[in-house]
Amino acid sequence: MIFTSGIIRAADEVDDPTMVDEEEVRQSPFWDWEFAFNALPEMLMAFIEVTLVVTVLGTLIAAVLGLVIAILIRVLPAPLAWIVKWLANFIRMTPIVVQLIFVFWAFLGVIDNLTVGIIVFGVHYATYMSEVYRAGIESVPKGQWEATTALSMSAARTWRKVIIPQALRSTVPSLGNYAISMFKDTPFLLVIMVAEMVTVAGEIGAPAFRYTEVYVIAGLIFLAASYPTALLVNRLEKRLAYAH
Amino acid sequence: MDFFEDWPGYFEVVVNWSDRLLEGLWTTIQLTIYGGALAFVIAVALGLMAGSPSLWLRAPARILIEFFRGISLVVLLFLLMYVLPQLWMRNPDLPLRDLVYNTFLLGVLALGINYGAYGAEAVRASLTTVPSGQWEATTALSMSWVHKMRRVIFPQAWALMLPSLTNLWVHLLKGSAIAYIIPHVSDFTAALNQLRRPTDIWFSHAFIGLVIYFLLALILTLFMQALEARAKHKLGRGPSLREVLSPAPKAAPPDAAGPDPKTLTGPGGGPKQPASGAGAHPGGFA
Repeated sequence: MIFTSGIIRAADEVDDPTMVDEEEVRQSPFWDWEFAFNALPEMLMAFIEVTLVVTVLGTLIAAVLGLVIAILIRVLPAPLAWIVKWLANFIRMTPIVVQLIFVFWAFLGVIDNLTVGIIVFGVHYATYMSEVYRAGIESVPKGQWEATTALSMSAARTWRKVIIPQALRSTVPSLGNYAISMFKDTPFLLVIMVAEMVTVAGEIGAPAFRYTEVYVIAGLIFLAASYPTALLVNRLEKRLAYAH
Repeated sequence: MDFFEDWPGYFEVVVNWSDRLLEGLWTTIQLTIYGGALAFVIAVALGLMAGSPSLWLRAPARILIEFFRGISLVVLLFLLMYVLPQLWMRNPDLPLRDLVYNTFLLGVLALGINYGAYGAEAVRASLTTVPSGQWEATTALSMSWVHKMRRVIFPQAWALMLPSLTNLWVHLLKGSAIAYIIPHVSDFTAALNQLRRPTDIWFSHAFIGLVIYFLLALILTLFMQALEARAKHKLGRGPSLREVLSPAPKAAPPDAAGPDPKTLTGPGGGPKQPASGAGAHPGGFA
């Protein structure tokens, strides 16, 4: 797949903007439509095949694992819950870039880089989601808990049938917001040589040192994808707030 | 343990390389502080504009906020690195030429603009959360705009926006790790990538790198929580910073500790607290 072994074009080898031949820049047009149109299909492919895949799978992992973390912190005995909580804090408060590099090298040859990216994004955002779920669980009224005790429900049944359905309702917009910020974080994948859209853009631009078109297109695609989604999430948020 | 066999040697490498690592760490701290300061200025300016009743101020602010939030940090960084300097290359007479060749400055700009746009939302949201009676009172007293912002509205909004700004600043610190790909900027992550070669990835990135980034984030958070305690005290809503920090036992736990989940002990759960954030402040102004 996209796993590139052996000599890797190190990710820190982006072109040095201070080494440009200014005379050459002056003679070339600022914007080249033909170059832009030629770059577009390849970038869109990378966008669909990598950027969206990472975002969707990462969000799925984050949604499920975040709930697991939130419940574990709640049900585990104190010292274990404390460990899980601080592990989550640790992952949340450290840079995803360093985490990507770490997991990439620690499992070099075992997991391919796209999978590394999906896992790291999923786990990183799961620690954010766990906070959202925590707030959601806390917002379930005390009476609900007491009712399950009164009905002598088992713990598993209490969580599955009573608490989680109520806790999850208000967390959907936050999940959407984190999916959007994960989406905008996907260019970080260039540090582990995953060919997502911005990395591909850089590769297209590198031979001729023409970056204007590719990065403007990349920015527009990000805007075009994230802004409508953000509006949608916003509306959902307002509707849920109204329903409460 | 086999795994830690080489670690004594690794620590020697760290001692030998300490100046390189500290230099990288200093670059990261500078990126975080300058980027954060720029982000704050942008956030307040755009936030005030976005919260203003005039469409002429609101519309451009909204466009800028959505634009700089919507394009990813990395794309913004690359646009600043490769597209912005062309302006100077094509117009050799423009002043401040050296600035665009300073890649460190471009990194600070990218971080500041991106997170500043996020912060603008927090500023705007906290301005609208200040009770309308306060706004009306300033009008009744015919205060000038500057006077009412400085003395009445902003101090209250400030206490509301601080938790969001704290989160954003930690985000900025974490985002600054991408600066290692910028030519001529060697931040802490760049130093870690070098440290990986004589040591191994578990030592360099997990044991040294992530732990130090975590400590930096904790320090930032503590600093901001102190600011929040101070802001609340000034509004008469909490103990002073001195009282919070004093080792003497307190009658009531200070709420300066932020959204610490101490309240969730039993399955009954604590009081209903929204997820934090500026827009989620429960109380009015007494």
